[in-house]
Amino acid sequence: MTLKVKEKKDVEIEISEAWCKGCVICVDYCPHDVLIMERGKAKVANLAACTACMLCELHCPDFAIVVRDKSKE
Amino acid sequence: MSEKSNGKARVITGNEACAEGALAAGMRFFAGYPITPSSEIAEVLSAKLPKYGGVFLQMEDELGSIGAIIGASLTGAKTMTATSGPGFSLMQENLGYAVMTEVPCVIVNVMRGGPSTGLPTLPSQGDVMQARWGTHGDHQIIALAPFSVRETFDLTVRAFNLAEKYRTPVILLMDEIIGHVNEKVYLPSEDEINIFDRIRPTGSAEEYLPYEHTKSRVPAMADFGSGYRYHVTGLAHDETGFPTNKSTEINKLMDRLDQKITMHREDIIDVDEYMLEDAEIGILSYGSTARSVRHAVRLAREDGLKVGLMRLKTIWPFADEEIKKLSGKVKLWIVVEMNRGQIAHEVEWAVAGKIPVFKVNRVDGDPINPLQILEKIKELANV
Amino acid sequence: MFNYDQYLRITKFPLIWCPGCGDGIVLKSLVRAIDKLGIEKDSVCMVSGIGCASRLTGYVDFNTLHTTHGRAMTFATGVKMAKPDLHVIVITGDGDATAIGGNHYIHAARRNIDLTVILFNNHIYGMTGGQVSPTTPKGMLASTAPYGSMDHTFNISGLAQAAGASFVARASVHNGVQLENYIAKAIQNKGFSLVEAMSPCPTAYGRRNRLGAGVDMIEELKRDAVPYSKAKKMTPEELEGKVVTGIFINEEHPECRSEYQKIIDRFQKEK
Ligand SMILES: Cc1ncc(C[n+]2csc(CCOP(=O)(O)OP(=O)(O)O)c2C)c(N)n1
Ligand code: SF4
Ligand code: SF4
Ligand code: SF4
Ligand SMILES: [Mg+2]
Repeated sequence: MTLKVKEKKDVEIEISEAWCKGCVICVDYCPHDVLIMERGKAKVANLAACTACMLCELHCPDFAIVVRDKSKE
Repeated sequence: MSEKSNGKARVITGNEACAEGALAAGMRFFAGYPITPSSEIAEVLSAKLPKYGGVFLQMEDELGSIGAIIGASLTGAKTMTATSGPGFSLMQENLGYAVMTEVPCVIVNVMRGGPSTGLPTLPSQGDVMQARWGTHGDHQIIALAPFSVRETFDLTVRAFNLAEKYRTPVILLMDEIIGHVNEKVYLPSEDEINIFDRIRPTGSAEEYLPYEHTKSRVPAMADFGSGYRYHVTGLAHDETGFPTNKSTEINKLMDRLDQKITMHREDIIDVDEYMLEDAEIGILSYGSTARSVRHAVRLAREDGLKVGLMRLKTIWPFADEEIKKLSGKVKLWIVVEMNRGQIAHEVEWAVAGKIPVFKVNRVDGDPINPLQILEKIKELANV
Repeated sequence: MFNYDQYLRITKFPLIWCPGCGDGIVLKSLVRAIDKLGIEKDSVCMVSGIGCASRLTGYVDFNTLHTTHGRAMTFATGVKMAKPDLHVIVITGDGDATAIGGNHYIHAARRNIDLTVILFNNHIYGMTGGQVSPTTPKGMLASTAPYGSMDHTFNISGLAQAAGASFVARASVHNGVQLENYIAKAIQNKGFSLVEAMSPCPTAYGRRNRLGAGVDMIEELKRDAVPYSKAKKMTPEELEGKVVTGIFINEEHPECRSEYQKIIDRFQKEK
């Protein structure tokens, strides 16, 4: 049996402090606990776990979070 | 009352003349909802517009009709709706929207007796103040009132020209008599008609200011879909068109909206003076009522009385300067109108107590009879 | 990463909507749908009424028209009839479209005029502070229904379908991808197309009814959503409190502006 190693994603997450309203939706959506809340704003806590699934970006109502999947660029 | 022209003679009603005038002015989009005594305008246009490649729409109500013509005008079309009192009441909110957003369009109100359902088939001039102040908020408005079938044609064309020139809704205040009377007219040919088309922007889309504070106070207007993407809102806005709460910007907008009409009052105001040169008694009237007045003036002249008529072709903005200038030359004004004295109050304001103002009114759906006016003239001539 | 900026009026940001308001998610889905279809910005005209949802038109770089309360559908009808090449998209709320604008809504659907209507259903009058709307569920609280709404609600999608719309779908902000797909299909359909977008209003509805923050309301939408295919096999009792999502109708039939063009063409031929 071979253990499938998840391909390491080369991702970058950018959060706009000015636009983030701290609604927690991104944190709620993230399947891998990449994001946390800090002083009322979303923050990246564990970038390495990010799979670039885009769920956070798709559902942030304020255009405050951008996920760049560099492997796709 | 059929001014000669190259065109061939036709016998038509005022409502038909309105439809013909609109087509001649380049109107290619009409939306309306049936109501007596205006419905013939819609009926004529429903048959004719597709032949001109234009669009006729019967909407679900008058709120929708005025909404549709404002939307269509933003794409560059010349647009019109026609109604009567009850429908005009329903249009008031969006009339203000067209004022605020500076969208040219023509709203025809063939006046009938009110309030409410009132007198559907009988004439009235009860909506002149509604035309002025029916929509909420401080604003200017242009309203014209024809007194014959031929003049209905001319003033409909003029209504479009003013709407386009000043980026504003223009109200054509007809009344049931003008709408339904049949008259022999010679309609002018195309080359006899002056047409004004709205000024469109020529500069770059990036620098376009849809609500620019220009010298004339009228901003250039881009057609939706022509590459100038901009925002239109009824909220108070700045020159870019986006909402603002800044008092400097709000004042600038409100002043400009006012000035674009008041600065050009001479161009907009049109009055017809009839036998006023030597008149001692001045009569002021408009619309179909002025026809009775003309008759009364002729009868009075036969009796040696020096009477003349000032007829308002433009009701709003009001011809206060023109009235002031004559006050003193004439010793008194008699204001004749089919309401309880709506314009008489404006005349009183204009003369500011310098000479007396008298009224002849009627609100029961019967037109004002020349003899009723003559009686008043004689009564006042004796004092 | 999706490049939203090219479709937005970035200088007007941040959005006026409250934290956790779902309307921004609908906006995003709408922008992606337009991008997916490759429609040019100049050929899009977006028309809105009055309300929180209707403020959307200020943020997008199209030909935008923010009209009066309830009347967006009529302005849009004028735009479409006068310039049929434009993709006309109407942005409206549950109150805007089905209370004050109810008559225009059903008549636009009846004409099957080629408009794409994105109707933000948040069960409340958001902008004016939480008054009861035609979609406030029975028993729920509103500032003008302090003892609970007593009325039967409108089925917004059902209404459009019954009136003659040729595309009707409902989606919710909990699934942005589905919302995007439905909006794209709605724009592609030539005729009156409705996408009813369920969007939480935590401020004016959620708080008063103790539904939590926006994020909690989205979780609830996720739980309550039932695909149309499954819903068809469920009883009304089982469907109580559920939100049926899916495409309810997608059938092209004669469209108003195209039918009118036939009349115009008849006279052009005669010439
Ligand atoms: C003629 C008129 N009546 C009332 C209002 C006040 N008003 C503004 S928005 C609104 C309700 C909006 O509710 P909805 O359409 O559901 O939009 P939401 O704010 O929930 O997105 C009302 C009643 C108005 N602007 N115009
Ligand atoms: S979803 Fe957007 S606005 Fe909300 S917390 Fe996350 S980044 Fe901020
Ligand atoms: S892209 Fe997916 S995994 Fe990465 S932070 Fe967003 S939600 Fe989490
Ligand atoms: S009041 Fe409600 S609908 Fe309006 S922005 Fe706030 S959360 Fe959204
Ligand atoms: Mg609502």
